[in-house]
Amino acid sequence: MSYDDFILVWQQYPKILEAFGNTLMLIVISGSVSMMLGIFLTPMLMSRRKAISLSVSVYCESMRCMPFLLFVYMIYFGLPSAGIQLSNWTTGIVALILYNAAYMAIFLRGAWQDIPKETIEAGRAYGFYGFKLFRRVIMPLMLMRAIPMVGNQWVQIVKDSAFLGIIAVTELTAAMNSIQSTNFIPFASFLSAVLLYWLISLVIELVTSLFTRYAQVRRT
Amino acid sequence: MTPPENAEQTSSTSRASRVLQLQGISKSFADNEVLKDISLNVDRGQVLCLIGPSGCGKSTLLRCINWLETPDAGRVILNGQRFGVHKSGAKMRDGDLARMRSRVAMVFQHFALWPHLSVIDNIMASPLHVQHRDRQEVREEAIALLEKVGLADKAEMFPSSLSGGQKQRVGIARALAMKPELLLFDEPTSALDPMLVGEVLGVIRDLADEGATMVIVTHEMEFARQVASQVIFMSDGHIAEAGPPEEFFAAPKSDKAKQFLARFHQHLKARSAPAVER
Repeated sequence: MSYDDFILVWQQYPKILEAFGNTLMLIVISGSVSMMLGIFLTPMLMSRRKAISLSVSVYCESMRCMPFLLFVYMIYFGLPSAGIQLSNWTTGIVALILYNAAYMAIFLRGAWQDIPKETIEAGRAYGFYGFKLFRRVIMPLMLMRAIPMVGNQWVQIVKDSAFLGIIAVTELTAAMNSIQSTNFIPFASFLSAVLLYWLISLVIELVTSLFTRYAQVRRT
Repeated sequence: MTPPENAEQTSSTSRASRVLQLQGISKSFADNEVLKDISLNVDRGQVLCLIGPSGCGKSTLLRCINWLETPDAGRVILNGQRFGVHKSGAKMRDGDLARMRSRVAMVFQHFALWPHLSVIDNIMASPLHVQHRDRQEVREEAIALLEKVGLADKAEMFPSSLSGGQKQRVGIARALAMKPELLLFDEPTSALDPMLVGEVLGVIRDLADEGATMVIVTHEMEFARQVASQVIFMSDGHIAEAGPPEEFFAAPKSDKAKQFLARFHQHLKARSAPAVER
């Protein structure tokens, strides 16, 4: 490995930046949608109706014990045989969302259970119920408790997105793989990719710490 | 407040001003019978103090009044309307129950403020989002209430930066903002440092002077003696004794109450009672 290897890699910066942009897009879309889906699923996990809570928790647990790579294959090959045709891109995003939303729902439930009972009860005593109770009292407190875990899950999404090369989504890892294989400079290519992923993770860390600071006085 | 034994006598004269009626309330948790056939009335402007040893069911009774606990048997009637059951006999749905609950305001032992909302937003939340009142009007009232409880300068702070006494005064302001027909206090000072008890009791006493209708669960005997129109002494889930405070504290009739007050007076000698700020 030498300095020249890196120059060779970065001479193909249009390709790298395009793939980097694609990765960013995958992360932003699937991160925010899976967070919203997670928030939507949490009240179902907590539902007093056994049929609802049980079916959502079966979904969450099955995501949790399935390797992401396998899940991507199952969606990629499974959906067409069920008559649903999606582009590779859409398949990738759907896989990221479904997989990570389950994780989000599981730790959001934990955050909900961590809210003091009396705080929620005060909401009920003051006439809040159902969706309004969730929206005004439970959800804000649940999210503030879950900030570090949400941040972790976004980092997890960053790493999971690297798998999508296997279904021909041109994200960062796939692009770097193609660069290294045409020029035989694996280390420089992959290290460049790692540095870019690291950059994304740093930004996520930064945003997480900003939210944590916001939540500090509002949490207890 | 009228003691249960002469409820019949006064019911015809003061029906219009009867705020709360409890009739035969019973409640069990698993095999433990916490409330046994409790009946009592509270009229407008009266202050009912519920006292008794820990575990006697006072807090559970209070929580039955706004249906945070559902009684196993008996009726809770708020200004003529029954909690939990419609006139037609149909069971109330969550929305109807919530609407009834919002006519009663509760002050909690551990304050139970909403930590994610600023002081003023805590006070405004239910008037805005449950009662759907005009924002400007609610805001002005909230500011006035904060002045009343002496916390006008804390409006934009978050509960986490307040002392216990300040939190509880915000809790009281939050309750008053509902314009409730009845105020419930669940041991409002027992989670406070002795130094902070006086400021909270002072606010409650002002409310009593202004004619608020209240049910207060408390361990502050001196305070109960001063503000109560009626004292109810509970023991083992039933009303052991009820009467005006002068009579109850000077000459308790039941043995249980005598023992309880004797123990309390011993305790008083050990530490001086908190002064009530006026």
